[in-house]
Amino acid sequence: MSQEQTAYSATDEVTSFLDKRTAWSRTKILLRKSPATARFGMIVIAIYIFVAIFAPWIAPYGEAEVFAQPYAPWGGEHLLGTDQIGRDIYSRMIYGARNTVGIALVTTILAFVIGGGLGLAAAINRSWLDQLLSRGVDVLMAIPSLIFALVLLSIFGSSAINLILIIAILDSTRVFRLTRSVAVNVVVMDYVEAARLRGEGLGWIMRREILPNILPPLVAEFGLRFCFVFLTIAALSFLGVGIQPPTADWGSMVRENASLIQFAQYDLKAGLTPLLPASAIALLTVAVNFVVDWFLHHTSGIKD
Amino acid sequence: MSKNDILLDIKNLKIEGFSDEKWHPIVKGVDLTLRRGQIMGLIGESGAGKSTLGLAAMGYTQPGCRITSGEIMFDGVDLAKLSEGKKREYWGNRITYVAQSAAASFNPAHRLIDQTTASTIRFGIKPETEAKADAVTLYDALNLPNPNMIGNRYPHQVSGGQLQRVMTAMAMSPRPDLIVFDEPTTALDVTTQVEVLTAMRKVVEEFNTAAIYITHDLAVVAQMADFIKVLRHGNEVEEAPTRDMLSAPKEDYTKSLWSVRALEKDPIKEQAPILEIKNIDASYSKVKVLNDVNISVPRGSTVAVVGESGSGKSTTARVITGLLPPMTGSIEFDGSTLPNKLEDRTKEQKRRIQMIYQMADTAMNPRQTVREIIGRPLEFYLGLSGAAREKRVVELLKMIELDERFIDRLPSELSGGQKQRICIARALAAEPDFIICDEVTSALDQIVQEGILKLLMRLQKELNLTYLFITHDISTVKAISDQVVVMNLGQVVEQGKKDDVFSPPHPEYTELLLSSVPEMDPDWLTNLNKVRQAS
Repeated sequence: MSQEQTAYSATDEVTSFLDKRTAWSRTKILLRKSPATARFGMIVIAIYIFVAIFAPWIAPYGEAEVFAQPYAPWGGEHLLGTDQIGRDIYSRMIYGARNTVGIALVTTILAFVIGGGLGLAAAINRSWLDQLLSRGVDVLMAIPSLIFALVLLSIFGSSAINLILIIAILDSTRVFRLTRSVAVNVVVMDYVEAARLRGEGLGWIMRREILPNILPPLVAEFGLRFCFVFLTIAALSFLGVGIQPPTADWGSMVRENASLIQFAQYDLKAGLTPLLPASAIALLTVAVNFVVDWFLHHTSGIKD
Repeated sequence: MSKNDILLDIKNLKIEGFSDEKWHPIVKGVDLTLRRGQIMGLIGESGAGKSTLGLAAMGYTQPGCRITSGEIMFDGVDLAKLSEGKKREYWGNRITYVAQSAAASFNPAHRLIDQTTASTIRFGIKPETEAKADAVTLYDALNLPNPNMIGNRYPHQVSGGQLQRVMTAMAMSPRPDLIVFDEPTTALDVTTQVEVLTAMRKVVEEFNTAAIYITHDLAVVAQMADFIKVLRHGNEVEEAPTRDMLSAPKEDYTKSLWSVRALEKDPIKEQAPILEIKNIDASYSKVKVLNDVNISVPRGSTVAVVGESGSGKSTTARVITGLLPPMTGSIEFDGSTLPNKLEDRTKEQKRRIQMIYQMADTAMNPRQTVREIIGRPLEFYLGLSGAAREKRVVELLKMIELDERFIDRLPSELSGGQKQRICIARALAAEPDFIICDEVTSALDQIVQEGILKLLMRLQKELNLTYLFITHDISTVKAISDQVVVMNLGQVVEQGKKDDVFSPPHPEYTELLLSSVPEMDPDWLTNLNKVRQAS
């Protein structure tokens, strides 16, 4: 071994450096390794998104267009028949994707902005603010959320805005808990202390030092939380206090056509009609869960 | 089974590890022969493959690693070819293991004595009562306090050094043929290290057990091993009996390891103090951790603060930075009094005092590139942006002996030494007068340590920087400091010029601390224990 090789040089230290890959090639490798369930989930979600965005072009009739024949059978002019006042069920299913998914998405985002922001602030502050917020959240979480939502909706009235605000605030409690618990582990890191010593403000520390390091669990939670919000909205609509007619929505569609199920013995297709929006809800929930499972598995670093 | 039978014979062993979608060689064809009753020291920097080789001597590979070729003959059986189930009959029975972090290796829910005797009882080597009686004998042999009772405690109820000795007792309990020690004293204070080393050497000699001792500390391996094998990048550099190796290393690489501690600092001109802390008392909630601490740091010099863990060294740093406002006392910086609280200090005051941390891993945000890490203080304090900022970042990288290729890397793509250099650059970016170095080299390999220390000394000369250097490593102190502050239990024991502190007579605590630092002499531990017993 010659003298040159043994001489120490900082640039030549052995590192486990990674091949530089573009974001695109990283994504390709990731997708190639994804399990079948995750791919199924991603395809289903993509179809839902496509349908939601292009609803007016895909749907043969308008969302609230009323035809002469209520409870029309499947086939013919109306692919999936018509409902109790003669609206085309197929078109309403397509518009339902837009309304139900759209409102659920807006609600989830709002819940994350509120819960995530307050959770981070509580984790950094760790004194009176943390106590105040955490105990407040405990109180909110002690009340069954569906019943609480029902009460609040009957007080404030069931407009779309109220629906979004009430569910977002109720769900933000869980986001708050998660954000706070993952953030307290990052707050004690030396690089956060270094930022504080430098004199950085609260906003910078939250956004630049902590948020990027707690993102994976939050993204996974976003998927799950979206499912729950989606189910809550469907449940509230089914109970009649959610999205109001004539806006098409899967939850209320189940309720409106529920009586058809007893005709299954005469016409199987008619009996299936109320199950269609229900299965649309179920399919999306399952698909999102598949993707979240895979994402969690991938980011938590558990192999096999 | 005579003393000189070959116990372990590893031939041309190759091990690969899986990372980044590829298999990389970790051990590249190493031979190792160990006879009964011998101790083999494995030394090398991190990434040399010493731990992987040590574990392979048990037939074990870490998850994500595989043995690709070679054989591991243990007492006539090739461990590399045995099934997992068959190997289990050796582990904890004829081969045992002592891990680096005892605290992380014990099950917190079980009593120490049950964990000590678990495998002995499971393999039916001894019945339970006998095994427990034997464990008490071992505790006694390892100089644990109150050997009859200590086994009834839980892991969190004993100290780190005691736990490490209990783990040695656990490894000794089945009377194995071979023990693998994986850096067992690295996490301990020097004063504790001496006790643990003495105890381990005593039992290994007493029961004529063969051992493999993995470490990166040469002085430690000199006390323990009969033979030393130097590894680098998965290859063997050289192997020789300890005395021969210490007196006449053959390879250049080995010589460079030996010469690391030859660093010397030129004496500097005495200047007025830039920082003085006066009568500082500080506490965490109710627990008082600093008691009337006075330290004065002359401009342009390096003041080393030494002491064991819990002595208040790092707390002193937190007081100076303003993270922990003291209860009483004042901090004078460059002629004016600094506000105690961080929030009350001006941006300019914050800029002039910078800090470098022990663990470079946690001191840098893993999601930020080198450009962002070094660039932020430039932008924040000096208002640089765009091309000017970019230019200054490259300049700073050059100053720390790295180059612009590193600018887009993430911390995870840097080695330990490079990470610490980036942290130094981040501190320099603020153009400070005063830098607190909190154990900055203690997590690094010796050669890398030397590189960092040289860099810090060069920067001090060029930029007239003042360092407060916190460390528990006396040899680092000897190499780089001008003045030394010895701390114990939150109080300053001694403070003065390096030569005054290091030459006798010492206060009692300084004496204990200094004499516990291992020296590169195979007889050092034996002599030290003789002296201590005599007094």
